[in-house]
Amino acid sequence: MAAERGLELVRELHRAAGGHLPPFRTEEMRQALEEMRALYERNQADVSEAKSGRTDLIFLIRFRHCCLLRNQRCLLAYLYDRLLRIRALRWEYGSVLPNTIQFHMSAEEVEWFNRYKKSLATYMRSVGGEEGLDLTQDIKPPKSLYIEVRCLKDHGEFEIDDGTTILLKKNSQHFLPRWKCEQLIRQGVLEHVLS
Amino acid sequence: MAEAYFPVGPGLGMEENFLSLDDILMSQEKLPGRAESALPRLAVLMGQGAGSDNFWLLSFLQGSKLEIPLWLAKGLHDSKRRIISVELPKIFREAWRTVFSADANVVDLHKMGPYYYGFGSQLLNFENPENPEIAQTILQTFIARFRRIMDSSQNAYNEDTSALVARLDELERALFQVGQKGLNDFQCWEKGQASQITASSLVQNYGKRKLAEVDG
Repeated sequence: MAAERGLELVRELHRAAGGHLPPFRTEEMRQALEEMRALYERNQADVSEAKSGRTDLIFLIRFRHCCLLRNQRCLLAYLYDRLLRIRALRWEYGSVLPNTIQFHMSAEEVEWFNRYKKSLATYMRSVGGEEGLDLTQDIKPPKSLYIEVRCLKDHGEFEIDDGTTILLKKNSQHFLPRWKCEQLIRQGVLEHVLS
Repeated sequence: MAEAYFPVGPGLGMEENFLSLDDILMSQEKLPGRAESALPRLAVLMGQGAGSDNFWLLSFLQGSKLEIPLWLAKGLHDSKRRIISVELPKIFREAWRTVFSADANVVDLHKMGPYYYGFGSQLLNFENPENPEIAQTILQTFIARFRRIMDSSQNAYNEDTSALVARLDELERALFQVGQKGLNDFQCWEKGQASQITASSLVQNYGKRKLAEVDG
């Protein structure tokens, strides 16, 4: 009653700071929708009675309607805020999300993410001439073409444009082209070392 | 802060933002009110409901006092006051208003309901003869406190700020954080780190959480 479950969902999301995506609460969502359905049905029944003269029911109908609207607002805000977080993931993480995050998303959200990725890719291809422009690169203004990086964890082999492969072992340092490593630095695999 | 995440912020003034998580939590705060019409038969009708409706509606007898959340007050309120009438919460009344006008800096706005400005602005939606005074108080309180917030947020670098934010309400805390971000960005630029690519804070948080799950 009184949108308790909807509110709990909103609270949980509000607590998850820094754009973190908590797991999708399917069960609570289902319960909240169930509550809305029950309220709606009772209101439907009461409206027909009220029309035939029982004006004392009007307050009750209005009360239930308020609860319905409140539930609707909580659920919509919950879903929308999650989508905003998922969108942020595309920009911060890249186009392939690790499994741990994917487990937190519902099937519809995964679908949405894929469509967003496609939309973004289409747009990026259409901007900036023939090859398109990768907008997710160079978030900070670049100072040089090549940068010094240190490896924070073992990442295996890494191939660069001229064909040579580099072994990314923990604590090894390399001098690599910026555009190749930016993604890995943002993912926390490499660390940008300033001289 | 995850740079790419832009949540829907709270509304300004008398309008709430529908999708804002902050506004939803703010409108959950309670206000005192009074039932205007007699609804005793509802208690009987409620028997058929699913449990928890009863608790609320049993108290809706004429003239009885209630504490209801803002969203319900806004929904049930109408200008002819047939169903409920709302009263001002304690901190927006005459007595507290004079405290605020004396010195607004000493008040612990976090304890007075963490959404002082938001909630106060919403109260203006109910016709109340004291509305102009309430509006003035909210405005003057903000003006009085703003200077301290701005100063402290711009000068506390790499320190524990919990003492500074303890008595601020949510709006003021958001302002404080904006100030801190500006300060940190500037310091970072001064040190020449502005062009250093960093791991996104979002990613770092996920990494930490994963470790916690594996350990625990």
